[in-house]
Amino acid sequence: MEGLLNHCFWIPLFPLFAAALIAIFKNNRRKAASSLAILAIALSFIFSILLFLVYLRGHEEGHGTLRVLLHFPWFTSGGTPEVISFIVDPLTLMMLLVVTLVSLLVFIYSLGYMHEDPNSVRFFCFLSLFAASMLSLVISNHLLILFMCWELVGLCSYLLIGFWYEKPEAAEAAKKAFIVTRIGDIGFFIGLLLLYQKTGSLLLYGEGHPSLFSPEMLHLLKTHAVTVPFFGGILLTTLLGVLLFMGAMGKSAQFPLHVWLPDAMEGPTPVSALIHAATMVAAGVFLVARMFPLLDGTGAMTVISWTGGFTALFAATIAIAQFDIKRVLAYSTISQLGYMMMGLGLGGLVAGTFHLMTHAFFKALLFLGSGSVIHGCHGEQDMRKMGGLRKEMPVTFWTYLTGTLALAGIFPFSGFFSKDEILTEAFTKNRTLYGIGTLTAFLTAFYMFRQIFMVFLGKGRLHGHPHESPPTMLWPLRILAVLALVSGFVGTPFLFHNPFHHFIAADREGVAPSYLVMIVSTTVALSGILTAYLIYGRRAFIEDPLIPALKGFFRLLEKKYYMDELYQNTFVRAISSLASLFKTVDQVLIDGFLHLTGFASLTLSRFNQWIDNFFINGGFDKACAGIRGGGGKLGRLQTGRAQDYLLYASIGAMVSYLLFRLL
Amino acid sequence: MPFPMLSTINLFPLLGGFLFLLLPSEKKGLLRGSALCLSLVPLCLSFALLLQFDRSTNVLQYVEKFPWIRAIGVDYFLAVDGLSLTMIFLTTFLTPLAILTSFSIEKNLKTYLFLFLLLETGMLGVFMALNFFHFFLFWEVGLIPMFFLIKVWGSENRHYAAFKFFVYTLSGSVAMLLAFQLLYLASGTFNFTELAELSQSGLLQTQLVFLTQRVGFTLSPDTVMTIVFFAVSLAFAIKVPIWPFHTWLPDAHTEAPTAGSMVLAGILLKMGVYGFLRIVLPIFPEVLQRFAPLLGLFALASILFGAFAAMAQTDLKRMIAYSSVNHMGYCMLGIFAIAAQGEVEAKASALNGVLLQMFNHGISAAALFFMVGVLYDRAHTRDLSKFGGLRKIMPLFAGFMGISTFSSLGLPGLNGFISEFLIFRGSFPLRTGLTLFATGGLLITAVYLLTMIQRLFHGPIGSSHPHLSDMTQRELAVTIPLVFFMFLVGIYPSPLLELTNRSVLHLLEIFS
Amino acid sequence: MIPLSHFLTVSAVLFAIGLYGVLARKNAVIVLMGIEIMMNAANLNLIAFSRFLPANRLTGQLFALFGITIAAAEVAVGLALVIAIFRMVKTIEVDRIEKLKG
Repeated sequence: MEGLLNHCFWIPLFPLFAAALIAIFKNNRRKAASSLAILAIALSFIFSILLFLVYLRGHEEGHGTLRVLLHFPWFTSGGTPEVISFIVDPLTLMMLLVVTLVSLLVFIYSLGYMHEDPNSVRFFCFLSLFAASMLSLVISNHLLILFMCWELVGLCSYLLIGFWYEKPEAAEAAKKAFIVTRIGDIGFFIGLLLLYQKTGSLLLYGEGHPSLFSPEMLHLLKTHAVTVPFFGGILLTTLLGVLLFMGAMGKSAQFPLHVWLPDAMEGPTPVSALIHAATMVAAGVFLVARMFPLLDGTGAMTVISWTGGFTALFAATIAIAQFDIKRVLAYSTISQLGYMMMGLGLGGLVAGTFHLMTHAFFKALLFLGSGSVIHGCHGEQDMRKMGGLRKEMPVTFWTYLTGTLALAGIFPFSGFFSKDEILTEAFTKNRTLYGIGTLTAFLTAFYMFRQIFMVFLGKGRLHGHPHESPPTMLWPLRILAVLALVSGFVGTPFLFHNPFHHFIAADREGVAPSYLVMIVSTTVALSGILTAYLIYGRRAFIEDPLIPALKGFFRLLEKKYYMDELYQNTFVRAISSLASLFKTVDQVLIDGFLHLTGFASLTLSRFNQWIDNFFINGGFDKACAGIRGGGGKLGRLQTGRAQDYLLYASIGAMVSYLLFRLL
Repeated sequence: MPFPMLSTINLFPLLGGFLFLLLPSEKKGLLRGSALCLSLVPLCLSFALLLQFDRSTNVLQYVEKFPWIRAIGVDYFLAVDGLSLTMIFLTTFLTPLAILTSFSIEKNLKTYLFLFLLLETGMLGVFMALNFFHFFLFWEVGLIPMFFLIKVWGSENRHYAAFKFFVYTLSGSVAMLLAFQLLYLASGTFNFTELAELSQSGLLQTQLVFLTQRVGFTLSPDTVMTIVFFAVSLAFAIKVPIWPFHTWLPDAHTEAPTAGSMVLAGILLKMGVYGFLRIVLPIFPEVLQRFAPLLGLFALASILFGAFAAMAQTDLKRMIAYSSVNHMGYCMLGIFAIAAQGEVEAKASALNGVLLQMFNHGISAAALFFMVGVLYDRAHTRDLSKFGGLRKIMPLFAGFMGISTFSSLGLPGLNGFISEFLIFRGSFPLRTGLTLFATGGLLITAVYLLTMIQRLFHGPIGSSHPHLSDMTQRELAVTIPLVFFMFLVGIYPSPLLELTNRSVLHLLEIFS
Repeated sequence: MIPLSHFLTVSAVLFAIGLYGVLARKNAVIVLMGIEIMMNAANLNLIAFSRFLPANRLTGQLFALFGITIAAAEVAVGLALVIAIFRMVKTIEVDRIEKLKG
């Protein structure tokens, strides 16, 4: 069975083949396409579970942190061969399980959700490709391959966000997602170049091959200082860390590159669930976790933790002033990703990845739930127009409430454990960040229950009759709700001595659980819920009661601190003016110069021609005219009659005869 | 004497073309079919060449060398190595596709197709010849058919474009011709290999100084070599084109017929880069090293300014033409980077990247120009603002155009990424600052190409074209081979890199 | 015996008549007849010289035979041309055929 681990590359290959096959399907083979996609991802899921079990057995036999590596030759440039390399280690396995499971559920959910869409064949093709890219990302052991999959994940999100391409907003959002993440990717790319320059390898772990995480190389990297213009001398790893983190900032929507994620709501809801839970945004967090050996203990960690902390709070404040049901969730995702980054940045590898996992389940649940709400409300997304949906959509309500409680961090839901682990980490290492985290927890509980009160409780404000969704959509919700409830227990210090920790990082010392942190965070979350109840739950309302209370500030939050407008008026405008500038340079400056040269030479030649005509040709022309006139006269001899010609010939013969005789 | 493989590949289109002229010009089907067949023969031969080529060595292979014009020391000298083989294959691969594209041409079909065959011979000759006279002959042979293709079969502003193209290229050619006259007078040979050896041993420089002294100038060897270097480089810089010599390109592309644009972007531009690799690098290594910091800035300008200018275009073809300026800028970045001090590994990466990028750009640019042609045939406009929602009515077209676009913007898994990565990986340690700025080009490229996709395919259907038909079988037959290569090179570039790697390492021995 | 000069005189007269016919007559058939007469003048010359010159080897006679054959062929071609021209311009008056004008 150990040999199974050497076949890990099949996991992404199943959905990849499915995508390739579906790509050549005709648009009407909806059933075949969806079954194929679901079959492929189910196979990947089963395979992942098998891998996990096989791995666990090896793990228990006491190999420590086991890593299975696979190398395939790829190409050779110069003297160094590049290999395609795969890895199976605890982080990979955790991600494989989460990604395949969430993807499987989302795929099944899409059966119902995309039932009426004429392009659902394409949809399943893109979804499969999306899953395949993400799965190859998590098993790759070579940073270049990782980067390639990283970009492919970006491509798939582009395709899926812009799936309803007839809507100009969707097309715009897709483009924005691709370009904003690409800004981060360029940082990542430069990081790769720098890493390769300094080490000559992009392999992460290697047996025999030179690799980045070998102790010698890590030592070399962590002691090497570089001089950066304007920053002075800093440690190489710090610089590298920041560059790699730029990529993660783009993908995981960290401030200031978070602007694409809320707009990504333009895509179909299953896509949002996939992006927010399992694939796209998880990639950034995964990257930081994957590069943890390199980043650990460097200055880059400070950047990561503060960016994460700031993003968490920043996005949470925006979320309280949104009215679109999916936008609230989008900002909550940004906020939670900030949390994960903060946890990782503080050195909490386990805390960050644990939250990544639980968040994947409950955020997928929330998004699929919101999709069910939207589906039931005939496409309505504005929370102000909903209300009282609890009665019409009971399953959706209860599962949604589970997700909300998990996100708010209420015991015993999964979010409680993972969030607390991050907060404990912050409590022991950085009190300011702990304060930020706690405040964010309060806001999170508040805006999520604001949503519950606005959507499910109170009076119905919907025009038209809402209905519950079909079972293909409800079953994934039920399963995810169970996961949102129980998945926290794998990482609790009270039961089974935190198996998650032992699995992911057996060799790392975890922080001791703190009851104080738990009590504080629970109190904070409960008070958030209470505040939401006081404002939204007690009486019916039409206008948001916060608007009169916060006035201009609310408007600022609703407009997301005017970040989009800011970017629009600075970067976008700068780039388009540069574009017109260089168009003008070509047209006016370079072509102008050319045409001037052309004109000058033309003028010169005209002048020359004039001189020729006037001086030189003056006499010559007369002679020419004479010759031409004479020619014309002689030409009359040419009558066209053969007899005349013969006559001339005869005369010529006689004349020449006479000439010969006489001379 | 072994079978003259290279001569056969090189001259077959021309000789076949003469026979082709004997066909009756009314039978258009026959003309099209026979032109296609004629162009398929070199493809098969060059594929055989590709398979038989010995990848384990850097020596010139399939050498055909014998005296041609003894009076001026001209040899008939053909050979291939890793630098030229990929280009030969690309040429023989794109020409049949271009001819297949041209099946929709009605006006003067026979002349048109003959010009394409002539063009193929010219381009192949450039990539095979190792004697300047021979090289220059084919260099010009490649120029003339393209001039007529633009001038006769182009769109509205064709006379201006054809003239601009011709004058630009010719002025470069004249400079190059004069420079090689000088080199010949100094060294007595036109052969590139011998010139490179003479230059590396320093003999060429001394001879040049003697020569200038005889005509009454006192110049240092460096000065003379610099003058010759710039004269030769000008010709190639115009052909590539490097900013600021690029303005002929958008005009020529916009006016040329579709197949003309394909070949122009796909192969003719590569002749410039190839010239740098084959002639400038081996013969003028010191001068290049001295001026590379400056020239690198021009490469950067091509990358950034080309990308920015592309962003501001509203004509689809102009936009793609500018993207060619941008992409060829990466090639030049790689070439100028290897002149800097640094490790051989980095240089090999950059140079392999350059060669791969030449191939890749040939594929993607040809595909993009073809796609634009497909669209233009139906909608009779290339104005971006008039399109919208095409994905709904032309799904196949949208799919293939999307793949080509993403290949052009360097998406991993498609061909552009590998070559750009290799170039960047190589030039980053050598010219860090320059490369950092050049990565900005990657972003801008994404911006304008995605904007193009958005305007063409997304949003509501444009009012001017509610009923466009999707791609025909013939158009698919052109597209699918191109797309196949995009995936092949993107996923498994090894076969191509194996061809180039040895020759690249050999070329780099000069610089170590 | 008739001396050579007689033969030559007859031949010259014949040639002059033929030349006149060719140059001055309008009818293409008569022009052709003129040409025939000129040919026969030449033949007469050849035979006369052959007879009177010392090395008598029948060379002249043979040439005359060739000349007659060629004249026959030429008339055939000429008449065919005349017919062709007549079909084209509906006349055989040679001074009205001005196609040769450049």
